[in-house]
Formats: sequence, structure tokens, C-alpha cells
Amino acid sequence: MEPVEIGLWGVPLAVLGGAIRVSTPFLFVSLGECLTERSGRINLGLEGTLVFGAMTGYALAYESGSPYVGVLAAALAGACFGLLHGWICKFRGVNDIAIGIALMLLGMGLAFFFGKPYIQPVAPDLPAINFGWWSDIPQVRAALQVNVLFLLGGLLAVAMAWMFRSTRVGLTLRVVGDSTDAARAMGLDPDRVRLLATAAGGALAGIGGAYLSLYYPGSWNEGISSGQGLMAIALVIFARWNPINCFWAALLFGGAGALGPALQSVGVSEGYYLFFAAPYVLTLGLLILTSSPDRAMQGAPLELSLTK
Amino acid sequence: MSRALRTEAGAIGIETLGMTMRFGEFTALDDVSITVPAGSFHALLGENGAGKSTLVKCIMGFYRATAGELLVAGQEARMTDPRVAQALGLGMVYQHFTLVPSLTAAENLVISRADAPAVIDWRRERARLAAFMETMPFKVPLEQPVSRLAAGEKQKLEILKQLYLGNRFLILDEPTSVLTPDEADEVLGHVRGLTEAGEITVLMITHKFREVTAFADAVSILRRGRHVGGGKVGEISVEEMSRAMMGKAPEVSKRARAGTERREVMRLRGVRAQDRTGLKSIEIEDVALNSGEILGIAGISGNGQMELMEVLTGQRRTMGGEITVKGAPFGATRAEARTHRMRYLPEEPLRNACAPRMSVAENLAFRIFDEGRNGKPAFWKNDRAIARNATTLIEGFKVKTASPAARIASLSGGNVQRAVLGRELTGEVDALIVSNPCFGLDFAAVSTIRDRLMAARNAGTAILLISEDLDEIMELSDRILVMSEGQIAFETPVETADIGEIGRHMAGHGE
Repeated sequence: MEPVEIGLWGVPLAVLGGAIRVSTPFLFVSLGECLTERSGRINLGLEGTLVFGAMTGYALAYESGSPYVGVLAAALAGACFGLLHGWICKFRGVNDIAIGIALMLLGMGLAFFFGKPYIQPVAPDLPAINFGWWSDIPQVRAALQVNVLFLLGGLLAVAMAWMFRSTRVGLTLRVVGDSTDAARAMGLDPDRVRLLATAAGGALAGIGGAYLSLYYPGSWNEGISSGQGLMAIALVIFARWNPINCFWAALLFGGAGALGPALQSVGVSEGYYLFFAAPYVLTLGLLILTSSPDRAMQGAPLELSLTK
Repeated sequence: MSRALRTEAGAIGIETLGMTMRFGEFTALDDVSITVPAGSFHALLGENGAGKSTLVKCIMGFYRATAGELLVAGQEARMTDPRVAQALGLGMVYQHFTLVPSLTAAENLVISRADAPAVIDWRRERARLAAFMETMPFKVPLEQPVSRLAAGEKQKLEILKQLYLGNRFLILDEPTSVLTPDEADEVLGHVRGLTEAGEITVLMITHKFREVTAFADAVSILRRGRHVGGGKVGEISVEEMSRAMMGKAPEVSKRARAGTERREVMRLRGVRAQDRTGLKSIEIEDVALNSGEILGIAGISGNGQMELMEVLTGQRRTMGGEITVKGAPFGATRAEARTHRMRYLPEEPLRNACAPRMSVAENLAFRIFDEGRNGKPAFWKNDRAIARNATTLIEGFKVKTASPAARIASLSGGNVQRAVLGRELTGEVDALIVSNPCFGLDFAAVSTIRDRLMAARNAGTAILLISEDLDEIMELSDRILVMSEGQIAFETPVETADIGEIGRHMAGHGE
């Protein structure tokens, strides 16, 4: 098909397409972190889990020939990291933030160590669904290539919001996140709930990593993550611990990440690196704008060490 | 059997036989036998450390008694676990709420049930809750997050929760400490009604004689772990009760107001600030604090007193208005507080006015450590001056500590309070801002703290006393202001103050 000249319209279109493409890892990591934080614990190690998930996913997809096996393996690896974090944190005097940073470095280190042999080989990609079939314009088609995992993430956000409202598991999680004492008085074991929530959060971050290596950018190398795992944690705060808000916030961050390449494609090359920094500037800006010296954070789980 | 073990409507009675609890060498509970017949309202009186909480914790299975038996509805029960108590229909309402703040009342009720369904059908649960509420004497808004409920509503919800869980023997631990007199009467009146109907049996821990005589059927009194008295309400006088509780006739306070000279020390005009949720604001129109008086600010917790305290101590930004001290604008910096000799005793001083892991001596030196001779800033720490200051204050304010080098966090609440008050009252003090100085202290500690405040007032210090304890306000203040919804709702001199009227203003029904 001939490329069609659509001028400046290409920018919003590319940003939209980029938002959908780039946002998926943000979405999975932030949903995982949202789950963990709602139980009253913060897992800063998700960046490491993401990178390790990317490596595991790529390696197993290559070895087995199926990208889905890769995604599953990444989820499993992520759950293991979550379990480790949750298990260490149950000991007295252990700080969840410090453990998170340690696990972030461990995850990245292990991923680089085991991932060396997989930098060259090519693993099968995850398939995308083409929602742009009705259009003749290739840019529209390109923008509407939507990966299955993105749709899955959207559904997951809705399901998680429902879970927090209408299931015993969800309410238990909120009780533990809001008041350890009340949870104990009810006969719940806060450490166990947090362990499982951290494991589930880790699994989701692992899936986010598999998306990176198996779809976009779609290869394994040591620079695969550009801090998505850390930004997603800021994103959860911005989304006020609400899974639906996490979805929109992930889209916004994804869009910001796509701004640089989109502008470059229409020939704006000045301040190129500045536009690439957009997601980081956005993270900083949003955290400053949504904070306040005078009032407590709304919607924050009260047992979170961040808000204490 | 002459005593009721179980009423027709389902209330159950309990009995302890020779209940004893030792922690190592220390005997917290010594051979205590009390009987609470089904459908009765029983009060448990005693000072702090008398063993009241140890007794109820043994009943509820949080502790395993060293010796003694517990009979529930006539049957011997082995309380090995709180869940056993729960299964037998014993429930406890704690002094500090155990509701989850961000969950709604309905969510709190449903999730507290042992058989909460995996997927909650809210339509069905709401219908069931509504049917349950129909049978209850008081109502609570079910769809609001608990954090938005008033203290009285939370207390009612705690009691409702126990009934919803099917518990028929309730232990209430100082249930009215956070309520206004009117709210307290309402809640206890309803509880009394439920016991009269034979729905529940109640064991209430309290130290308020008025509540015992007005609502309870019988009373048991503990002192130093022993059961020292009790009987039917009406057959035992308040004097007998207080003597049994304290071991001697209560000391009549020698506190007296001396005539003092009144000069304006501090004035707040149109001071506005946001509260901690950021949704509401506090607004103080015009308040003047004079030397040689105690200005009491009454109010139910959460009506802006904490924010007012934070504004005065410089912990909260103001959005407008001005604070002046002796005519000069006051920004609550350390330098200004020092020039104007303003001092503070915030609530929970261990958290708000101490460095818990530093020593008693170091904590006592917070006002002097950076001041050298002639008020010039000091660079080197003067250990000798710090030690001297500590010895004087520890003696002068009767602070019980193992040594001045002990961590201040190892002291009991009353001793921390006395230590900080001592620090704040050293030297010349023009104004002292105090918040809930006696919360959680026993009679003796309360008495010395109040004596000190009165002595400071008589010496000419201006004292602003923010307190949730209306009795304290009535006892100490020269003038009383009532704070409600972030504003001063009412002002009265103490001579003409009427407790009922103040209570109504506290609850926001002034007009």
C-alpha cells in the first residue's frame, strides 16, 4: 500500500497508537503494584521483576516456540520475586522499601546474567489484533494494531475494581491495607494476605516484562526497560490506588512516551531528546501537582509505609 | 439455679472463679471472682493498672489465665483463643475503634462475619442489613465510609457489629470516652434497653461514677489486681465506690484560683486553615487569650481543635488572618516563641514533643541546649548544664525514671507528660498552649498535672487549654469556648456555664 500523506494529523495518530503500544507494561506493573499497595505494602522491586520477566518470557518463548508459554513463565518468575519480597518483609524490623530496592537490583542482575545467550536469537512475537481494517490509511492501521495483552490488561483493571468492591478477597485486602489491628481482630493473618498480594503483583509485573520482549520493542537486550517499573509506582499514587484510574494513567504515560518518536516522524527533530524525556517530566510534574503540604493523601491505604 | 444463665431472648451470663493472672513475678490479677447474670448491665470500676483490662482479656481469650475458671452460661469454658470466645457468643467493643476507616459501614459489617460470601451480592446483603437494622433501637448510615462518621456513630456501629455477629455477651471498654455527654447518654440508654429486653448481657469498663449509677445494675471494683468491693447499684454509695477504687478517701484538690492581672497576650483574628483532609477548613473569627487565665476550648475530636493546635505551633499553614502576640505578628517560629516566651504541650507528647529514643535529660534540654550565656546561640553542647537542668526538673515535677540517661520512651505516659510539662514551664512563661494534657492518665497523674496548670495560671501565665474532656474544661477554665465544625460556636464564662448547653453546642445543635 502506498503511504498516504496526512501531515500533522500523523502526530496525534502516532501518539494514540504509541499510547496503546507503550502503555501495556505500565498498565500491568501499575495494576500489580496497586494490588500490593492496597494490602498495605509497597514493592519497589517491580522494575527488577519487569526486566527479569522480559528475559524469562523471551527465553522460554524462544525455547518452546510459543509466545504464550513465555508469558506464563514470566508471570511465574514474577510471582517468585513477589513471594520472596513478601516472605522477607514479614520479619520484624524489615523495611519493605529497602527490600524492594535490593530485589530490583537482584532482578536486573540475574536477568542480565541468564539473558546473555538470548540477545542474538529471535523469539516468536505475540500476535496483535488489527482493529484498523476499515481504513485505507496505513498510519491508522498501524496505530490500531492492538495487542491481546493490552485488552487483557483493560479487562483486568475492570475486574480488579469489581473485586475490591464486591468480593471477600477484595474486602479482605482492603481491611489488611487499612488497619492491621482490625484485620487481626477479625482473625485474618495480615502477613499472609500481603504475601499473596505481593506475589500476585509480581506476576502481573512479570507479564508486563514479557510484553516488552515479545511485542514492543520485541527483542531482549539489557536496555529493554527504561524505568517503566519505577514510573508505574508513581503512576499508582497518581491514580489514587484505583485500578480504573491506573488504566487511564497508563494510557497517558504511554502517550507521553510516544510523543518523541511521533514528532520525529513528521520531521520535528529539534529538542528530540527533550521529547523523549516527556514521561519522566510527566511523572515529576504530576507528583508535584497532586501533592499537597496541607492534607493527607486521599484514598491511600493507611498501613502503607509511604503515607505513615 | 437462682441466677439467670440465659434469658429467653438469648442473652448469656458469665462467671469467673478465682481468676488469677501472673506475668513472671508480677501478679496482675489476683483471685478475682465476679458474677454477671444474663440480661444484666454490670460495671467494672478501677484505676489504670487495676487489672480491668487483664480480666477482660482473660475472659476474651487474649490471655490464658494462670489459674481460675470461667463459666459461660453455666458451662465451664476454656478460653484458649479469641475465636473460642467469639464462637461462644462473647464480643468486645474496644476503646479504640476496630472499624476499618475507608470501608463503608455496610462493608465493615459484612466482612467481619466469619461466613462472608466469596462474591458479595450487594443487593441481597443490603436487604438483609436493612432487615437487621429494623430490629435495632438505633440507626447508623450504612453507605458512608466509616472515616466520615462522628465518634458517637462509630461507637454505635461497633455495638451494632457485635449484635450483627450474634454476640450476646458484650464487653464495652470505656465506651463513652470519645462521646459528648448527650451522645453517651443516648448510646448507654439504648444499651440499657437491650439488656432490659434480655437481648444482651453487658460488662462495661469505666471510671465514670455517673454512668455506673445511671445505667448499671451492679458493679465490681478492682484495685491492684484484687476484687475489693462491689454490689448492687443503689446499695453502694459513690463514696464507698471511690474509696474502694483508690484505697483511701479521694483527696480534695487544693487547687484554688487566685486573683490575677489580665493583659492580652495573644489574639487570633480571622485565622483560616485547611483541615487535614483538605475538604473542610477551620476559621477562628476573634479569640483573645489573656495573662492569668485558663481559656478552655471544648469540642468533640475532629472539629478542628487539632488543626488549631497545629496552627499555633507552626505545624500547619494558615490561609489568612493573623495571629498577634503582645501586638506583634506571630509566625510560630522557634525564635518568635523564644522571644515571646510561648510554650506548648501538645497531645501525645511522646510522639509530638519528644525524640522517643533520646534520653530523658536530652529531651528535657530541648528548650535550652542551643542557648549559651546571655541568650547567645551556643555551638558546643554543655553537658553539665543539661544534667543540672534534668536533675532539677525530674525532682521538681516528680518524674519517675530509672536514670536521666534512660530513653524517654521507657517512661510511663504520666511521667512523659510531667517531664514535658516541666520542660515547657521552666523559666518565665508568658503563654502555654496545651492539648488534652490528661488523656489516658490515672487519677494521681491527672491531679498533679492539673495542679501545675493552675499554679502556672495563678503565677500569671496565659493558658490555652484544648481538651475533649468536658469535666477537665469545667474544672480548670476561666472562660470556655466551644469548637464545632472548625469554628468557635459558643463562649461562656465558667461561672454561668451550663454543661447541657455546652454539650449541645459541641454536637452542633446550638441554635
